[in-house]
Amino acid sequence: MDLSLTDEQKLIVDQVRRFVREEIVPLEDGLDPDADSLPPEDHERLAGRVAEMGLYGLDIPPEFGGPDVDIVTRTLLAIEMSQHRAGLYAPCYNVFGGAGLAQMFEANDDQKQRFLFPMLRGEKKTFFGLTEPSGGSDPARAIQTRAVRDGDDWVINGAKMFISGADRADFGLVFARTDPTKGRAGVTCFIVETDTPGFHVRRIVHTLRAARYATELQFEDMRVPHANVLGEVNGGFAIANDRVSRQRIPYAATCIGVAVKAQELAVEYAGIRETFGDKLAHRQGIQWMVVENEIDIRQSLWITLAAADKARRGEPFRTDSALAKIVATEASGRVVDRAMQIHGGYGVTKDLPFERWYREMRIRRIGEGPNEVQRHIVARDLFGSSLR
Amino acid sequence: MAVRLDKPWRRLDSAAVAALSGQLGVYQLSDDAATVRAIVRVDARSLFGLRGELGRELEERGEGLFFRLEVNHQPRTRWLELMMVHRADHGRLPSWNPPEDGVGLGRLSPA
Repeated sequence: MDLSLTDEQKLIVDQVRRFVREEIVPLEDGLDPDADSLPPEDHERLAGRVAEMGLYGLDIPPEFGGPDVDIVTRTLLAIEMSQHRAGLYAPCYNVFGGAGLAQMFEANDDQKQRFLFPMLRGEKKTFFGLTEPSGGSDPARAIQTRAVRDGDDWVINGAKMFISGADRADFGLVFARTDPTKGRAGVTCFIVETDTPGFHVRRIVHTLRAARYATELQFEDMRVPHANVLGEVNGGFAIANDRVSRQRIPYAATCIGVAVKAQELAVEYAGIRETFGDKLAHRQGIQWMVVENEIDIRQSLWITLAAADKARRGEPFRTDSALAKIVATEASGRVVDRAMQIHGGYGVTKDLPFERWYREMRIRRIGEGPNEVQRHIVARDLFGSSLR
Repeated sequence: MAVRLDKPWRRLDSAAVAALSGQLGVYQLSDDAATVRAIVRVDARSLFGLRGELGRELEERGEGLFFRLEVNHQPRTRWLELMMVHRADHGRLPSWNPPEDGVGLGRLSPA
């Protein structure tokens, strides 16, 4: 494996790094400490700059109009884009655009016209409705939302939990049980428009996270046309599973970006802050904390890039992305914690970004599949598929 | 935690303000102890938290108002929720909130 960046990668990474430092970070001085969006005029201006850089819609496949950037480079860019206060859950406040629901690329031609293309043009917002009050780590068994065929429609009843963006979405993907006898082979994915009668966003679920808050959904006799089934009836589990596996690499990368920024701030502060007549940087206790940070960051970085490289080469990467998710989320949490400690009392104030990172980073060990489930995935790879 | 903020209204005067904490949170204002006129969030940019912001309201709007509050360390998401609930219940935002508060606001249909 070649560990050096190509000239093109260096150029793009440097370009995005400067963009974050010169455009995003200064704007944050005027935003709420827990803001997850920019004023519309700033968003429009910066999205225009990103388009000029040729990097708008990084996750959109080239055949659908996105820039042709491989997953290793996108991982490197995700690390850069998260290096600011809101970076963990709102990297660059989304001025780089995004593919939205990647599963929609599997839509049929009719669904592409009605949903995918408006989504890519930024005309329609989306949500992803998988997790339920009964759980999210084991969707094959936990999904209790039922869909029953009635003529040309499906009638859906049930609830979803921890669903981001549903209150502002135009449509979303809802996974429902269509055959209660078949476990994972009895789940279907539906495209649901949020103005459908019976679709309710009942409340915001308040958490440690300030950005991309979660909501609770309820479906009451919600009729969805059969034409809105994404993929095959009873084929929804594969769609959900594919999404979860893919998400782990950028999920790990944004954690690493925050850790890199926290470490940078810690090193800088330790070099100027004096206690008992000497700089913090001259204290062995502080030096070792910074070194431990560096170990955590580099381990996370290489494991995550190795997973991305496997994905780029088209090799199976499920175990590698699970490892990346485990290592990056846990290591980055430790880095933020140490950087906060080095900053002392200021570290826990809202004057600095650490307290937000500290709160939001804690979620990362649970989100996108808890780390215990990731360990189970790795164990299954090591012991064989007979392990349940 | 209840979706709606339905604590009893309290008269907004200097004694009430002096008794408030400087914590983060959200508050509602009314001019008749029944109608919500404004929903306001108090985040970390406020100098003295709820006490400072309600003191400012008293200074700028004068006596005769009522308020109720919720101490909440996530004032932003709680404020968004209260705004959405108000719009779901009344079909509009509180009259003292500026129109820009509704930009990008989501939709809730609370039970």
